Amino acid sequence: MSAAKNPGDSRLRRWLHVGFCAAVLFFLVAPVLVVIPLSFNAEPYFTFTEGMLRLDPDAWSLRWYRNVLEEGRWLPALGKSLTIGIAATVIATTLGTLAALGLSSPAMPGRGMVTALLISPMVTPIIITAAGMSFFYSDMGLGQTYTALILAHAVLGAPFVVISVSASLSGYNHDLNRAAANLGANGWTTLRRVQLPLIAPGVFTGALFAFAASFDEVVVVLFIGGPEQRTIPREMWAGIREQISPEILAVATFLIVFAILLLAAVNWLRQRDYVRA
Amino acid sequence: MANSLTNRRLRAALLAAPLFVFVSVTFIAPLATMMMRSVYEPVVAESLPETLAALADWDGRELPNEATFRVAGMEFIALNERRALGSVATRVNRLESGMRSTMLGVARELANDPPAGAWREAMIAADEDWAEVSSWLAVRRAGERITPRHYLNALDLDRGAAGEIVAQPEDRRIYVTLLLRTFAISAAITGICLLLAYPVAWLLAHARPSRAGLLLLLVLVPFWTSLLVRTTSWIVLLQNQGVINDLLVALGILAEEQRLSLIYNMTGTIIAMVHVLLPFMILPLYSIMRTIPPRHMQAAASLGGSFWQSFRRVYWPQSLPGVAAGSLLVFIMSIGFYITPALVGGRTGQLISSMIAYHMEQSLNWGLAAALGAILLLLVVLLYLIYSRLVGVDRMSLS
Repeated sequence: MSAAKNPGDSRLRRWLHVGFCAAVLFFLVAPVLVVIPLSFNAEPYFTFTEGMLRLDPDAWSLRWYRNVLEEGRWLPALGKSLTIGIAATVIATTLGTLAALGLSSPAMPGRGMVTALLISPMVTPIIITAAGMSFFYSDMGLGQTYTALILAHAVLGAPFVVISVSASLSGYNHDLNRAAANLGANGWTTLRRVQLPLIAPGVFTGALFAFAASFDEVVVVLFIGGPEQRTIPREMWAGIREQISPEILAVATFLIVFAILLLAAVNWLRQRDYVRA
Repeated sequence: MANSLTNRRLRAALLAAPLFVFVSVTFIAPLATMMMRSVYEPVVAESLPETLAALADWDGRELPNEATFRVAGMEFIALNERRALGSVATRVNRLESGMRSTMLGVARELANDPPAGAWREAMIAADEDWAEVSSWLAVRRAGERITPRHYLNALDLDRGAAGEIVAQPEDRRIYVTLLLRTFAISAAITGICLLLAYPVAWLLAHARPSRAGLLLLLVLVPFWTSLLVRTTSWIVLLQNQGVINDLLVALGILAEEQRLSLIYNMTGTIIAMVHVLLPFMILPLYSIMRTIPPRHMQAAASLGGSFWQSFRRVYWPQSLPGVAAGSLLVFIMSIGFYITPALVGGRTGQLISSMIAYHMEQSLNWGLAAALGAILLLLVVLLYLIYSRLVGVDRMSLS
């Protein structure tokens, strides 16, 4: 019973705990990072060659990166991903921010139900969303168009904006609105000059989430996009399913760097979120 | 005062209205049309109006009369000439296998050699199946516009000759089995995630802030990395000639011919899904554990409790909201997961979502795909209601 007071025992437990956590964190991070060195493989293999392990410079090469740039399939895909992602993010951020402002008001009628409805695209399994949309957009005559994909990605991204801006607004002091009104500002001026600047970090965080969601989305693209809408995830999907080539690892490395940049941006924004801090 | 309240309500509602309308049109309407499709199937009814009208008065016990044979035969020929019989025959075939070739065959024979008077004899001569009452019952049932058949099918049920609900023959019961397997695998993934995440969340929650921030980064990097990239990584690691098998062989743990099958089966699905979903378990646990003062454990220890006693009676109960939130979130995400099983699951590592994709893209049985989707959606909605009771949708956080 005095086990807890035995310092040796508690030190052992502490080491076991730290060791276990190190193993779990290794399991989380290592698989992501392992593709980076492999993308510099001179051979078309998905494993470390002996030459790579000996750090023989000839075993390492940039050939897959050159392929990616020259092959004429990845750069157009990047363009399509960016077009769809940016357009969808603009729609999602505008509508999502307005909705979060409405939801934050204590006077909002039916808030619980409305919130649930606005969040629902995020929580519905993507395969169901994609199946439903594929019927609907082709019935509307929008099958296999950019418009359909932009609308779909906008509605999938909007919940992230709503949640992020709502979180920012939850620390917002509504007395500021009254103070602005006292000083003669109308509702629109208050929104533009007082509320939006204060919640801007939340808005940008939500926009980044929405963009990341679109930039990584493949199932809806598979179901409602046509041959014109081959985005980066669509090309990766095809690459993994059909014939996996180390080119994919080069693209994956680019996407990992992109993810790290996004993460850094979100962290930076969070530090600037005066309202929540 | 009342007036200003009305104004504020109106202003709030107007702000939320654009997204409300947008979600309703671009998301809710597609789901609603999908639900419609799971119970509404007008193709056969619109293609064979006269046959179905003739069959409406038929008793379903004896073979239909000569007039019915004649209108059916004529409609089959007409449809076949417009190349529209195939989709009708496919739908009848789903109720009675063999009917597709029976219908297409009889249409071809009748067109080549039109019977002068006796359609009944001619059709039976062309294909004996037309002498079976069950063939005609299948045509009649396929003609129902509103039908529960896709739901029955999705639950491995069928209707017998008299319209009663019966179980499918054993070799055709696939969906309930797959649904149960999806549940079992999701529960296993949730359990593994909880086991791995709990100690990590503890470490994060009670470490010095500077170190906690660094460790949190290790959780967030995979969280932000593209799902397709993470799945690619697992293919690279787990495949037969991949990094893990190579390492095990190089270390002499496995002989060359003993390489493990770690991917394109259920093992691959579970490993990759645990990796993808682990952050969704760690983050809610972490946010709850941060609110548990370390003093509580110290107080329990100073009162003579062993570590495990203090943990079980003091710490664990306080961490339960995080356990519930994380587990529900991971479980909900697992049962609808599509991408990872589709890419690393091979033939045996598939979940219910892959059946929806299969019927959407390959068998083109959209009604069944819609019914399976509706059942899955219902389950997810129910679980989310529990989730929002426990955690609150408002409190859902991104980071």
